[in-house]
Amino acid sequence: MAEDKIIEIVGLTKYYGKLKAVDDLHLSINKGEIFGLLGPNGAGKSTTILMLLGLTEPSAGEARICGINASRNPIPVKRKVGYMPDNVGFYNDMTALENLTYIGRLNGITAVEDRAREMLIEVGLEGAMQKKTGTFSRGMKQRLGLAEVLIKQPEVIILDEPTLGIDPTGVRDFLALIQQLNEQRGLTILLSSHHLHQVQQVCNRVGIFVGGQLLAEGNIETLARNLFKASPYVVQVTADGEFPSSAVLEMPGVKKVAVVDGGVEISGEQDITPDLVRLLVSKGLDITGVQKKTYGLDEIYQQYFENNLKENVSNEKSSGLFQRSFFGRFSKR
Amino acid sequence: MKSQAAFFNGLFSAGSQSGSSPFFVMVRKEVADQVRSWRFIILGGLILLTFFASTYIAMINIGRAVGNYDDPDRLFLYLKLLTTSDGALPPFHIFIGFLGPLLGIALGFDAINSEQSSGTLVRLVAQPVYRDAVINAKFVASLIVISTLFLSLNLLMIGGGLYITGVNIEPSEFIRIMGFVLLSIIYVAFWLNLAILLSVRFKQAATSALMAIAIWLFFTVFYQILVNIFIKAFLPDPNSLTQDQIISYNGIILTLLRFVPSQLYSDATTTLLMPSVRSLGPLTMEQMAGAIPSPLSVRESLLVVWPQVSGLIAATTVCFALSYYLFMRREIRT
Repeated sequence: MAEDKIIEIVGLTKYYGKLKAVDDLHLSINKGEIFGLLGPNGAGKSTTILMLLGLTEPSAGEARICGINASRNPIPVKRKVGYMPDNVGFYNDMTALENLTYIGRLNGITAVEDRAREMLIEVGLEGAMQKKTGTFSRGMKQRLGLAEVLIKQPEVIILDEPTLGIDPTGVRDFLALIQQLNEQRGLTILLSSHHLHQVQQVCNRVGIFVGGQLLAEGNIETLARNLFKASPYVVQVTADGEFPSSAVLEMPGVKKVAVVDGGVEISGEQDITPDLVRLLVSKGLDITGVQKKTYGLDEIYQQYFENNLKENVSNEKSSGLFQRSFFGRFSKR
Repeated sequence: MKSQAAFFNGLFSAGSQSGSSPFFVMVRKEVADQVRSWRFIILGGLILLTFFASTYIAMINIGRAVGNYDDPDRLFLYLKLLTTSDGALPPFHIFIGFLGPLLGIALGFDAINSEQSSGTLVRLVAQPVYRDAVINAKFVASLIVISTLFLSLNLLMIGGGLYITGVNIEPSEFIRIMGFVLLSIIYVAFWLNLAILLSVRFKQAATSALMAIAIWLFFTVFYQILVNIFIKAFLPDPNSLTQDQIISYNGIILTLLRFVPSQLYSDATTTLLMPSVRSLGPLTMEQMAGAIPSPLSVRESLLVVWPQVSGLIAATTVCFALSYYLFMRREIRT
């Protein structure tokens, strides 16, 4: 089993001054997986990635890629890992081909120009090969970035916010490309994002990362099950007429009935949609819509993020004694 | 055991992939970048222009200079070509004292920060290269460009002189001229390193450029003014002093002035290019007594000039060491 773990993070911690950017992170990613690192801005995703590559020194703990310690031995790690930073930049007065050839040469690739051409065709930039990268759109730069990652034939690809600032079709194409690479070449891909839906489309597993801590990891179904244990099934009903709340609440398994805009939300332990509709019809309601809700990443993320936010607020209160007295003095005047 | 095996894997793959090492790949790219950049074309053109202008003036006046029997250096034709002027245009080495810093600053002021702000630095260090290769390559590439410029200019001058006058060049003259080339390279390298240091320190290219220009202005203009004010304020009236005291005060003033790199450079070039210069400080009558006004040998000139050269090298090294340290410790993020 140990061979399957291509990325292993053990107790990784990073302080910036007093700020704890990454807090005792444990994570392992298997070969051939697409792992999504999810979290809001400033959660420590980029810092974690930089530590994985040995570009930033961890304060404690270690990150191993293919069994190599990234902070002790960064060169072999960088040879195996292709990394695309969040705002990828190129030498603007060089053409796409020149940019790519340069990176290829730095990696010691032979017959580098042919290889660069192949890569540009693979990512769909064959028409812009001889154009200067200064004229490239963001989506094109992202593609060139991917070509540059691929030219060194990595075992692991790390993408930091790869879909940031591209239009929806661009995102779709890009994600399709990533998925294709994963399937065809068996590459392990770690991508960080705060765009939940995109991550949901491609990732086998996600980790939710807030305030330097990994709050949860697993595939989306597991996350949903863990989080909404109490009432995993929700049905939203839109109907005309007096809603028989008490009758519905008496039904087996129903936990909560809540009026939301445009309808009523019934949450419970079991899937009771047919029974519910039958009951409502028998009560003489005109049902105009019934919608079964499934939990997506959005709800999961929201839930985790909200919980964390509350914690943060309470933390600030306990630690902000000095500040409060300071501001208090000002407000009295 | 596993990590060791992986290490050897990396080692072998690096060995089997032929082609040049990443460092030289970077140097090649940097040299190409520098040579094609507008600022190098402009400053190189300016230096070329002053070179041709001052050489032309020297050519016109060479006959008079060589025929001047009061000058013990008159027979060093090629040194005369570099130093003669008719007063309308300063000789080439004075121009370099002025333009060299600008060249160094222009080649180095955005070395690191422009890469960082355009997001290429992160990509670069994510490749399998050591981090110091980046800054070393930047420095070496600029140094190659500067060396090529100065060496070819001076060889051009020697060749032109040989062609026009038909006078053979003395070995000692050749050594002196090469010494001058080396000195100019070191001098520009100092400013280059200072600019690289500022480019590591400041995030904006404009800030580091302005800072470098400010330091240059301070040393060329304001430092002398400050020293003069200091002398007027603190040193006693020279009329009331004995000769020994005047000499010791003069020593203090010279020492103060020699904190300026351009002063070191001009002292050193003067000594190298004018073989009859035997001291850079004041000489007493006792020391001068019995001295024949004749040119010094190359070795003796080099001895006179050595403190200046080592001062310049030391300043260059300090700047490079500082920028190296800062760059290695810095957080690379976009």
